[in-house]
Amino acid sequence: MRVAVLGLGAVGKGLLRTLAAKPELDLVLTAAADSSSACIDPDGLDPTAVLDAKCATGRCGASGLSATDVLASGAYDVLVELTPTNALTGEPALTHIRSAIERGKHVVTSNKGPIAVDHAGLTALADEAGVALRYEATVGGAIPVIHAIRDGLAGNRFSSITGVLNGTCNYILTRMDDEGLTYEQALAEARELGYAEADPTYDVRGIDAAIKLVILANTCWSLGVTLDDVSITGIDGLTVDALRLAADQDCTIRLIGEVAPAENLLRVAPRVLPRNHPLVIEGTLNAVMLSTDMAGEVTLMGKGAGSVETASAIIGDLIAIRDRYVECG
Amino acid sequence: MKLEMKDSPGQLVAALTPISEYGGNIIAVIHQREPESPSDTLGVQIVLEIAQERLDALVGAIKLQGVSILRLGEERLLYRQSVIMIGHLIHTDIGDTIGRIDATGFAEVAELNVHMPAIAEPSTALITIKATTRSEMGRALDVLRTVAAEKGLLIVEPLAGAEA
Repeated sequence: MRVAVLGLGAVGKGLLRTLAAKPELDLVLTAAADSSSACIDPDGLDPTAVLDAKCATGRCGASGLSATDVLASGAYDVLVELTPTNALTGEPALTHIRSAIERGKHVVTSNKGPIAVDHAGLTALADEAGVALRYEATVGGAIPVIHAIRDGLAGNRFSSITGVLNGTCNYILTRMDDEGLTYEQALAEARELGYAEADPTYDVRGIDAAIKLVILANTCWSLGVTLDDVSITGIDGLTVDALRLAADQDCTIRLIGEVAPAENLLRVAPRVLPRNHPLVIEGTLNAVMLSTDMAGEVTLMGKGAGSVETASAIIGDLIAIRDRYVECG
Repeated sequence: MKLEMKDSPGQLVAALTPISEYGGNIIAVIHQREPESPSDTLGVQIVLEIAQERLDALVGAIKLQGVSILRLGEERLLYRQSVIMIGHLIHTDIGDTIGRIDATGFAEVAELNVHMPAIAEPSTALITIKATTRSEMGRALDVLRTVAAEKGLLIVEPLAGAEA
Protein backbone atom coordinates (compact mmCIF):
# COMPACT_ATOMS: atom_id res chain seq x y z
CA MET A 1 0.00 0.00 0.00
CA ARG A 2 1.39 3.39 -1.02
CA VAL A 3 1.60 6.12 1.62
CA ALA A 4 2.07 9.89 1.23
CA VAL A 5 3.09 11.86 4.33
CA LEU A 6 2.41 15.59 4.80
CA GLY A 7 4.29 17.17 7.69
CA LEU A 8 7.70 16.08 8.96
CA GLY A 9 7.77 17.28 12.55
CA ALA A 10 8.36 14.91 15.47
CA VAL A 11 5.41 12.67 14.54
CA GLY A 12 6.28 12.57 10.81
CA LYS A 13 9.88 11.69 11.59
CA GLY A 14 8.76 8.99 14.03
CA LEU A 15 6.52 7.51 11.34
CA LEU A 16 9.31 7.48 8.73
CA ARG A 17 11.72 5.86 11.20
CA THR A 18 9.11 3.18 11.87
CA LEU A 19 8.49 2.58 8.15
CA ALA A 20 12.26 2.19 7.66
CA ALA A 21 12.58 -0.16 10.64
CA LYS A 22 9.60 -2.34 9.72
CA PRO A 23 9.66 -3.11 5.97
CA GLU A 24 7.54 -6.21 6.68
CA LEU A 25 4.52 -3.95 7.18
CA ASP A 26 4.57 -3.48 3.39
CA LEU A 27 3.74 0.22 3.71
CA VAL A 28 5.58 1.98 0.87
CA LEU A 29 6.40 5.67 1.18
CA THR A 30 5.78 7.28 -2.23
CA ALA A 31 5.62 10.97 -1.31
CA ALA A 32 6.52 13.30 1.55
CA ALA A 33 6.19 17.04 2.07
CA ASP A 34 7.26 19.51 4.74
CA SER A 35 6.46 23.22 4.92
CA SER A 36 9.01 24.19 2.25
CA SER A 37 9.61 21.18 -0.01
CA ALA A 38 8.39 17.79 -1.21
CA CYS A 39 9.55 14.56 -2.84
CA ILE A 40 7.49 12.16 -4.94
CA ASP A 41 8.39 8.77 -6.41
CA PRO A 42 5.53 6.43 -7.41
CA ASP A 43 7.97 3.48 -7.21
CA GLY A 44 8.81 4.20 -3.57
CA LEU A 45 11.13 6.44 -1.58
CA ASP A 46 13.67 5.30 0.98
CA PRO A 47 12.32 6.68 4.31
CA THR A 48 15.85 6.82 5.76
CA ALA A 49 17.14 8.91 2.82
CA VAL A 50 14.18 11.31 3.21
CA LEU A 51 14.92 11.63 6.95
CA ASP A 52 18.63 12.20 6.30
CA ALA A 53 17.87 14.95 3.78
CA LYS A 54 15.44 16.55 6.23
CA CYS A 55 17.99 16.50 9.05
CA ALA A 56 20.88 17.74 6.89
CA THR A 57 19.14 20.54 4.98
CA GLY A 58 15.86 21.14 6.81
CA ARG A 59 14.10 20.08 3.61
CA CYS A 60 12.88 16.63 2.68
CA GLY A 61 12.96 17.22 -1.08
CA ALA A 62 12.87 19.74 -3.91
CA SER A 63 11.93 23.28 -2.91
CA GLY A 64 9.94 23.69 -6.13
CA LEU A 65 7.46 21.05 -4.91
CA SER A 66 4.85 21.32 -2.15
CA ALA A 67 2.06 19.47 -0.41
CA THR A 68 -0.26 20.53 -3.23
CA ASP A 69 1.94 18.68 -5.75
CA VAL A 70 1.94 15.58 -3.55
CA LEU A 71 -1.85 15.65 -3.36
CA ALA A 72 -2.21 16.19 -7.12
CA SER A 73 0.31 13.45 -8.01
CA GLY A 74 -2.14 10.74 -7.06
CA ALA A 75 0.87 8.48 -6.38
CA TYR A 76 -0.58 7.16 -3.10
CA ASP A 77 -3.42 5.08 -1.68
CA VAL A 78 -3.46 6.77 1.73
CA LEU A 79 -2.68 10.34 2.70
CA VAL A 80 -1.13 10.68 6.17
CA GLU A 81 -1.78 14.26 7.32
CA LEU A 82 0.61 15.29 10.12
CA THR A 83 0.90 19.09 9.76
CA PRO A 84 0.68 21.25 12.92
CA THR A 85 -2.74 21.63 14.56
CA ASN A 86 -4.76 24.78 14.13
CA ALA A 87 -7.69 24.34 16.49
CA LEU A 88 -9.67 27.31 15.15
CA THR A 89 -9.61 26.77 11.39
CA GLY A 90 -8.23 23.23 11.04
CA GLU A 91 -6.06 24.54 8.17
CA PRO A 92 -4.05 23.70 6.17
CA ALA A 93 -4.91 20.09 7.10
CA LEU A 94 -8.63 20.53 6.37
CA THR A 95 -7.89 21.46 2.74
CA HIS A 96 -5.35 18.64 2.38
CA ILE A 97 -7.78 16.04 3.74
CA ARG A 98 -10.72 17.20 1.61
CA SER A 99 -8.51 17.27 -1.46
CA ALA A 100 -7.32 13.67 -0.88
CA ILE A 101 -10.83 12.35 -0.18
CA GLU A 102 -12.17 14.04 -3.31
CA ARG A 103 -9.47 12.19 -5.25
CA GLY A 104 -10.70 8.90 -3.78
CA LYS A 105 -7.81 8.48 -1.37
CA HIS A 106 -7.99 7.19 2.20
CA VAL A 107 -6.83 9.55 4.96
CA VAL A 108 -5.06 8.98 8.28
CA THR A 109 -4.31 11.98 10.49
CA SER A 110 -2.86 12.89 13.87
CA ASN A 111 -4.08 16.45 13.39
CA LYS A 112 -6.77 17.41 15.91
CA GLY A 113 -7.72 20.64 14.12
CA PRO A 114 -9.67 19.33 11.11
CA ILE A 115 -11.34 16.50 13.05
CA ALA A 116 -12.49 18.84 15.83
CA VAL A 117 -13.60 21.57 13.39
CA ASP A 118 -15.50 19.46 10.85
CA HIS A 119 -15.91 15.83 11.92
CA ALA A 120 -19.38 15.52 10.42
CA GLY A 121 -18.45 17.12 7.08
CA LEU A 122 -15.28 15.08 6.62
CA THR A 123 -16.99 11.82 7.63
CA ALA A 124 -19.82 12.45 5.17
CA LEU A 125 -17.33 13.32 2.43
CA ALA A 126 -15.35 10.13 3.07
CA ASP A 127 -18.51 7.99 3.13
CA GLU A 128 -19.63 9.46 -0.16
CA ALA A 129 -16.23 8.77 -1.74
CA GLY A 130 -16.12 5.27 -0.26
CA VAL A 131 -12.81 5.89 1.50
CA ALA A 132 -11.64 5.64 5.09
CA LEU A 133 -10.93 8.59 7.39
CA ARG A 134 -9.07 7.47 10.52
CA TYR A 135 -7.65 9.61 13.30
CA GLU A 136 -6.65 7.37 16.19
CA ALA A 137 -3.53 9.48 16.86
CA THR A 138 -5.57 12.64 17.58
CA VAL A 139 -6.66 11.41 21.03
CA GLY A 140 -4.60 9.73 23.74
CA GLY A 141 -1.42 9.19 21.69
CA ALA A 142 -0.72 5.47 21.50
CA ILE A 143 -3.96 4.44 23.27
CA PRO A 144 -6.33 2.77 20.77
CA VAL A 145 -9.43 4.50 22.11
CA ILE A 146 -11.09 5.23 18.74
CA HIS A 147 -10.58 1.58 17.73
CA ALA A 148 -12.13 0.56 21.05
CA ILE A 149 -15.20 2.75 20.45
CA ARG A 150 -15.69 1.77 16.81
CA ASP A 151 -14.60 -1.85 16.75
CA GLY A 152 -13.79 -3.47 20.08
CA LEU A 153 -16.91 -2.16 21.86
CA ALA A 154 -19.12 -2.03 18.75
CA GLY A 155 -22.75 -2.77 19.60
CA ASN A 156 -22.48 -1.29 23.08
CA ARG A 157 -24.46 1.76 24.08
CA PHE A 158 -22.13 4.34 25.61
CA SER A 159 -23.37 6.46 28.53
CA SER A 160 -20.25 8.50 29.23
CA ILE A 161 -16.58 8.95 28.48
CA THR A 162 -14.24 10.40 31.10
CA GLY A 163 -10.53 10.73 30.75
CA VAL A 164 -7.16 12.25 31.43
CA LEU A 165 -6.47 13.63 27.97
CA ASN A 166 -3.50 15.93 28.49
CA GLY A 167 -0.14 14.57 29.61
CA THR A 168 1.34 17.99 30.42
CA CYS A 169 -1.38 18.77 32.97
CA ASN A 170 -1.21 15.27 34.41
CA TYR A 171 2.54 15.64 34.86
CA ILE A 172 2.17 19.02 36.60
CA LEU A 173 -0.56 17.73 38.95
CA THR A 174 1.41 14.56 39.72
CA ARG A 175 4.45 16.65 40.72
CA MET A 176 2.38 19.10 42.79
CA ASP A 177 0.86 16.13 44.60
CA ASP A 178 3.99 14.03 45.08
CA GLU A 179 6.52 16.75 45.90
CA GLY A 180 4.40 19.64 47.11
CA LEU A 181 5.68 21.82 44.23
CA THR A 182 3.75 24.98 43.42
CA TYR A 183 2.00 25.17 40.05
CA GLU A 184 4.72 27.51 38.74
CA GLN A 185 7.53 25.19 39.89
CA ALA A 186 5.91 22.09 38.38
CA LEU A 187 5.28 23.93 35.10
CA ALA A 188 8.90 25.10 34.95
CA GLU A 189 10.05 21.52 35.51
CA ALA A 190 7.70 20.21 32.79
CA ARG A 191 9.16 22.79 30.38
CA GLU A 192 12.71 21.78 31.23
CA LEU A 193 11.90 18.14 30.50
CA GLY A 194 10.21 19.03 27.21
CA TYR A 195 6.73 18.00 28.43
CA ALA A 196 5.36 21.53 28.12
CA GLU A 197 5.51 23.97 25.20
CA ALA A 198 7.19 27.36 25.52
CA ASP A 199 3.63 28.71 25.51
CA PRO A 200 1.75 26.18 27.64
CA THR A 201 -1.61 28.02 27.43
CA TYR A 202 -3.33 25.38 25.26
CA ASP A 203 -2.40 22.63 27.68
CA VAL A 204 -2.79 24.21 31.12
CA ARG A 205 -6.02 26.07 30.32
CA GLY A 206 -7.63 22.76 29.31
CA ILE A 207 -8.09 23.66 25.62
CA ASP A 208 -6.09 20.70 24.27
CA ALA A 209 -8.06 18.29 26.47
CA ALA A 210 -11.32 19.95 25.35
CA ILE A 211 -10.44 19.49 21.65
CA LYS A 212 -9.85 15.78 22.28
CA LEU A 213 -13.11 15.55 24.22
CA VAL A 214 -14.94 17.08 21.23
CA ILE A 215 -13.39 14.44 18.95
CA LEU A 216 -14.45 11.62 21.30
CA ALA A 217 -17.98 13.03 21.66
CA ASN A 218 -18.44 13.33 17.91
CA THR A 219 -16.93 9.90 17.25
CA CYS A 220 -18.99 8.11 19.86
CA TRP A 221 -22.37 9.84 19.55
CA SER A 222 -22.12 12.07 16.44
CA LEU A 223 -23.12 14.96 18.71
CA GLY A 224 -21.88 17.60 16.30
CA VAL A 225 -20.34 19.61 19.14
CA THR A 226 -17.47 22.08 18.83
CA LEU A 227 -14.87 23.53 21.18
CA ASP A 228 -17.30 26.38 22.02
CA ASP A 229 -19.74 23.87 23.52
CA VAL A 230 -17.25 22.63 26.13
CA SER A 231 -17.22 24.15 29.63
CA ILE A 232 -13.49 24.52 30.25
CA THR A 233 -11.55 25.16 33.47
CA GLY A 234 -7.77 24.77 33.39
CA ILE A 235 -5.29 23.85 36.10
CA ASP A 236 -3.46 27.20 36.17
CA GLY A 237 -5.42 28.44 39.20
CA LEU A 238 -4.72 25.42 41.41
CA THR A 239 -2.83 25.85 44.68
CA VAL A 240 -0.61 23.40 46.59
CA ASP A 241 -3.13 23.71 49.43
CA ALA A 242 -5.86 22.33 47.16
CA LEU A 243 -3.81 19.18 46.55
CA ARG A 244 -3.02 18.94 50.28
CA LEU A 245 -6.69 19.24 51.24
CA ALA A 246 -7.53 16.52 48.71
CA ALA A 247 -4.68 14.37 50.06
CA ASP A 248 -6.10 14.68 53.60
CA GLN A 249 -9.11 12.77 52.31
CA ASP A 250 -6.98 10.19 50.51
CA CYS A 251 -7.83 11.87 47.24
CA THR A 252 -5.97 13.83 44.59
CA ILE A 253 -6.76 16.26 41.76
CA ARG A 254 -6.59 15.49 38.04
CA LEU A 255 -7.73 17.41 34.94
CA ILE A 256 -10.69 15.37 33.73
CA GLY A 257 -12.58 15.59 30.44
CA GLU A 258 -16.12 14.34 30.78
CA VAL A 259 -18.92 13.83 28.26
CA ALA A 260 -22.33 12.32 29.11
CA PRO A 261 -24.97 13.24 26.51
CA ALA A 262 -27.97 12.20 28.64
CA GLU A 263 -26.89 14.64 31.34
CA ASN A 264 -25.97 17.29 28.80
CA LEU A 265 -22.45 17.25 30.19
CA LEU A 266 -19.42 18.31 28.16
CA ARG A 267 -16.78 19.57 30.53
CA VAL A 268 -13.05 19.80 31.15
CA ALA A 269 -12.13 20.74 34.74
CA PRO A 270 -9.83 19.78 37.59
CA ARG A 271 -11.66 17.22 39.73
CA VAL A 272 -11.14 15.49 43.06
CA LEU A 273 -10.72 11.70 42.74
CA PRO A 274 -9.93 8.97 45.27
CA ARG A 275 -6.34 7.80 44.89
CA ASN A 276 -7.41 4.32 43.85
CA HIS A 277 -9.61 5.59 40.99
CA PRO A 278 -8.57 4.11 37.60
CA LEU A 279 -8.12 7.63 36.16
CA VAL A 280 -5.51 8.55 38.78
CA ILE A 281 -2.41 7.85 36.72
CA GLU A 282 1.10 9.18 37.06
CA GLY A 283 3.25 11.54 35.03
CA THR A 284 2.54 12.18 31.35
CA LEU A 285 0.27 9.14 30.93
CA ASN A 286 -3.24 9.44 29.50
CA ALA A 287 -6.29 7.33 30.40
CA VAL A 288 -9.84 7.03 29.10
CA MET A 289 -12.78 5.39 30.83
CA LEU A 290 -15.69 4.29 28.64
CA SER A 291 -19.02 3.51 30.33
CA THR A 292 -21.11 1.08 28.31
CA ASP A 293 -24.28 -0.98 28.72
CA MET A 294 -22.79 -4.42 27.98
CA ALA A 295 -19.09 -4.21 28.79
CA GLY A 296 -19.60 -2.01 31.85
CA GLU A 297 -16.66 0.28 32.47
CA VAL A 298 -13.58 -0.14 30.30
CA THR A 299 -10.46 1.89 31.10
CA LEU A 300 -7.55 2.26 28.68
CA MET A 301 -4.28 3.76 29.82
CA GLY A 302 -1.01 4.48 28.07
CA LYS A 303 1.39 6.98 26.64
CA GLY A 304 -0.39 10.08 25.43
CA ALA A 305 2.41 11.58 23.36
CA GLY A 306 5.81 10.92 21.79
CA SER A 307 6.85 10.47 18.19
CA VAL A 308 7.07 6.67 18.04
CA GLU A 309 4.02 6.25 20.31
CA THR A 310 1.97 8.44 17.98
CA ALA A 311 3.40 6.55 14.98
CA SER A 312 2.00 3.38 16.61
CA ALA A 313 -1.52 4.82 16.38
CA ILE A 314 -0.96 5.93 12.77
CA ILE A 315 0.40 2.52 11.73
CA GLY A 316 -2.61 0.85 13.39
CA ASP A 317 -4.92 3.01 11.25
CA LEU A 318 -2.90 2.31 8.09
CA ILE A 319 -3.04 -1.45 8.64
CA ALA A 320 -6.78 -1.31 9.39
CA ILE A 321 -7.28 0.47 6.04
CA ARG A 322 -5.03 -1.96 4.19
CA ASP A 323 -6.90 -4.95 5.60
CA ARG A 324 -10.29 -3.52 4.84
CA TYR A 325 -9.86 -1.77 1.49
CA VAL A 326 -6.62 -2.58 -0.23
CA GLU A 327 -5.72 -5.95 -1.69
CA CYS A 328 -2.26 -7.03 -0.70
CA GLY A 329 0.04 -7.48 -3.61
CA MET B 1 -38.48 3.09 59.18
CA LYS B 2 -39.52 -0.12 60.90
CA LEU B 3 -42.73 -1.74 59.75
CA GLU B 4 -44.89 -4.51 61.13
CA MET B 5 -46.98 -6.50 58.71
CA LYS B 6 -48.96 -9.71 58.47
CA ASP B 7 -46.81 -12.71 57.58
CA SER B 8 -48.79 -13.52 54.46
CA PRO B 9 -48.07 -13.40 50.71
CA GLY B 10 -48.12 -10.00 49.06
CA GLN B 11 -47.68 -7.98 52.25
CA LEU B 12 -44.12 -6.84 51.60
CA VAL B 13 -44.93 -5.76 48.05
CA ALA B 14 -47.97 -3.89 49.39
CA ALA B 15 -45.73 -2.00 51.79
CA LEU B 16 -43.05 -1.21 49.21
CA THR B 17 -45.25 -0.16 46.30
CA PRO B 18 -46.22 3.27 47.72
CA ILE B 19 -42.54 4.16 48.17
CA SER B 20 -41.84 4.25 44.45
CA GLU B 21 -45.22 5.86 43.80
CA TYR B 22 -44.22 8.78 46.01
CA GLY B 23 -40.80 9.13 44.39
CA GLY B 24 -38.84 7.51 47.23
CA ASN B 25 -35.66 5.55 46.71
CA ILE B 26 -35.23 2.28 48.65
CA ILE B 27 -31.67 1.85 49.90
CA ALA B 28 -32.08 -1.36 51.92
CA VAL B 29 -34.79 -3.79 53.07
CA ILE B 30 -33.93 -5.80 56.18
CA HIS B 31 -36.31 -8.64 56.76
CA GLN B 32 -36.07 -10.61 59.98
CA ARG B 33 -38.31 -12.68 62.22
CA GLU B 34 -37.81 -11.42 65.71
CA PRO B 35 -38.23 -13.93 68.53
CA GLU B 36 -40.49 -11.67 70.60
CA SER B 37 -42.85 -10.81 67.75
CA PRO B 38 -46.13 -12.70 67.48
CA SER B 39 -45.79 -15.49 64.94
CA ASP B 40 -48.35 -14.11 62.51
CA THR B 41 -46.58 -10.78 62.00
CA LEU B 42 -43.33 -9.87 60.42
CA GLY B 43 -40.95 -7.02 61.22
CA VAL B 44 -39.27 -5.32 58.30
CA GLN B 45 -36.84 -2.42 58.35
CA ILE B 46 -36.67 -0.22 55.31
CA VAL B 47 -34.01 2.40 54.67
CA LEU B 48 -35.09 4.88 52.07
CA GLU B 49 -34.62 8.42 50.87
CA ILE B 50 -37.51 10.70 50.02
CA ALA B 51 -38.10 14.42 49.83
CA GLN B 52 -39.15 15.76 53.24
CA GLU B 53 -42.43 17.22 51.97
CA ARG B 54 -43.61 13.85 50.63
CA LEU B 55 -42.88 11.82 53.77
CA ASP B 56 -46.25 12.34 55.48
CA ALA B 57 -48.15 11.33 52.34
CA LEU B 58 -46.03 8.20 52.07
CA VAL B 59 -46.67 7.24 55.69
CA GLY B 60 -50.41 7.60 55.08
CA ALA B 61 -50.26 5.46 51.95
CA ILE B 62 -48.38 2.66 53.70
CA LYS B 63 -50.91 2.63 56.54
CA LEU B 64 -53.72 2.36 53.99
CA GLN B 65 -52.16 -0.92 52.86
CA GLY B 66 -52.83 -2.31 56.34
CA VAL B 67 -49.22 -2.15 57.37
CA SER B 68 -48.32 -0.53 60.68
CA ILE B 69 -45.29 1.60 61.10
CA LEU B 70 -43.63 0.80 64.41
CA ARG B 71 -40.87 3.34 64.24
CA LEU B 72 -39.93 6.13 61.92
CA GLY B 73 -36.34 7.14 62.37
CA GLU B 74 -35.49 10.22 60.39
CA GLU B 75 -32.08 11.36 59.49
CA ARG B 76 -32.11 14.59 57.68
CA LEU B 77 -29.11 15.70 55.60
CA LEU B 78 -28.08 12.24 54.59
CA TYR B 79 -25.62 13.23 51.88
CA ARG B 80 -22.22 14.79 52.42
CA GLN B 81 -19.99 16.12 49.73
CA SER B 82 -16.72 18.02 49.93
CA VAL B 83 -15.63 20.57 47.37
CA ILE B 84 -12.39 22.52 47.16
CA MET B 85 -12.66 26.30 46.67
CA ILE B 86 -9.75 28.51 45.61
CA GLY B 87 -9.60 32.30 45.44
CA HIS B 88 -9.99 35.35 47.60
CA LEU B 89 -12.45 33.52 49.83
CA ILE B 90 -12.36 35.80 52.86
CA HIS B 91 -12.43 39.10 50.98
CA THR B 92 -15.38 37.94 48.90
CA ASP B 93 -17.34 37.46 52.16
CA ILE B 94 -17.13 33.81 53.12
CA GLY B 95 -20.03 34.38 55.52
CA ASP B 96 -22.23 35.20 52.56
CA THR B 97 -20.95 32.17 50.61
CA ILE B 98 -21.91 29.86 53.47
CA GLY B 99 -25.16 31.72 54.08
CA ARG B 100 -26.30 31.23 50.49
CA ILE B 101 -26.02 27.43 50.91
CA ASP B 102 -27.65 27.42 54.36
CA ALA B 103 -30.48 29.63 53.09
CA THR B 104 -31.66 26.89 50.72
CA GLY B 105 -33.25 25.07 53.65
CA PHE B 106 -32.34 21.65 52.22
CA ALA B 107 -28.57 21.87 52.49
CA GLU B 108 -26.03 23.35 54.84
CA VAL B 109 -22.31 23.84 55.19
CA ALA B 110 -21.12 21.31 57.77
CA GLU B 111 -17.41 21.96 57.74
CA LEU B 112 -14.96 24.49 56.41
CA ASN B 113 -11.20 24.14 56.43
CA VAL B 114 -9.43 27.25 55.12
CA HIS B 115 -5.73 27.60 54.29
CA MET B 116 -4.40 31.14 53.89
CA PRO B 117 -0.80 31.07 52.67
CA ALA B 118 -0.09 34.83 52.63
CA ILE B 119 -1.85 38.16 52.41
CA ALA B 120 -3.05 38.93 48.87
CA GLU B 121 -2.48 35.33 47.75
CA PRO B 122 -5.49 33.14 47.01
CA SER B 123 -6.78 31.00 49.87
CA THR B 124 -7.89 27.41 49.52
CA ALA B 125 -10.74 25.79 51.42
CA LEU B 126 -12.35 22.41 51.76
CA ILE B 127 -16.06 23.01 52.16
CA THR B 128 -18.28 20.09 53.18
CA ILE B 129 -21.97 20.35 52.39
CA LYS B 130 -24.73 18.16 53.81
CA ALA B 131 -28.03 17.76 51.99
CA THR B 132 -31.19 15.70 52.36
CA THR B 133 -31.16 13.88 49.05
CA ARG B 134 -28.88 13.40 46.12
CA SER B 135 -30.87 15.76 43.91
CA GLU B 136 -30.87 18.44 46.60
CA MET B 137 -27.09 18.04 46.86
CA GLY B 138 -27.00 18.72 43.14
CA ARG B 139 -29.07 21.88 43.65
CA ALA B 140 -26.83 23.00 46.53
CA LEU B 141 -23.78 22.58 44.30
CA ASP B 142 -25.52 24.64 41.61
CA VAL B 143 -25.94 27.42 44.19
CA LEU B 144 -22.25 27.15 45.08
CA ARG B 145 -21.25 27.26 41.38
CA THR B 146 -23.32 30.41 40.89
CA VAL B 147 -21.77 32.08 43.94
CA ALA B 148 -18.27 31.05 42.80
CA ALA B 149 -18.85 32.46 39.31
CA GLU B 150 -20.04 35.77 40.82
CA LYS B 151 -17.02 36.01 43.12
CA GLY B 152 -14.40 34.70 40.70
CA LEU B 153 -13.65 31.61 42.79
CA LEU B 154 -12.40 28.32 41.35
CA ILE B 155 -14.29 25.21 42.42
CA VAL B 156 -12.82 21.72 42.22
CA GLU B 157 -15.60 19.15 42.50
CA PRO B 158 -15.36 15.40 43.00
CA LEU B 159 -15.87 13.30 39.88
CA ALA B 160 -19.45 11.99 39.96
CA GLY B 161 -19.60 8.35 41.02
CA ALA B 162 -16.11 8.63 42.46
CA GLU B 163 -16.88 10.51 45.70
CA ALA B 164 -14.66 9.52 48.57
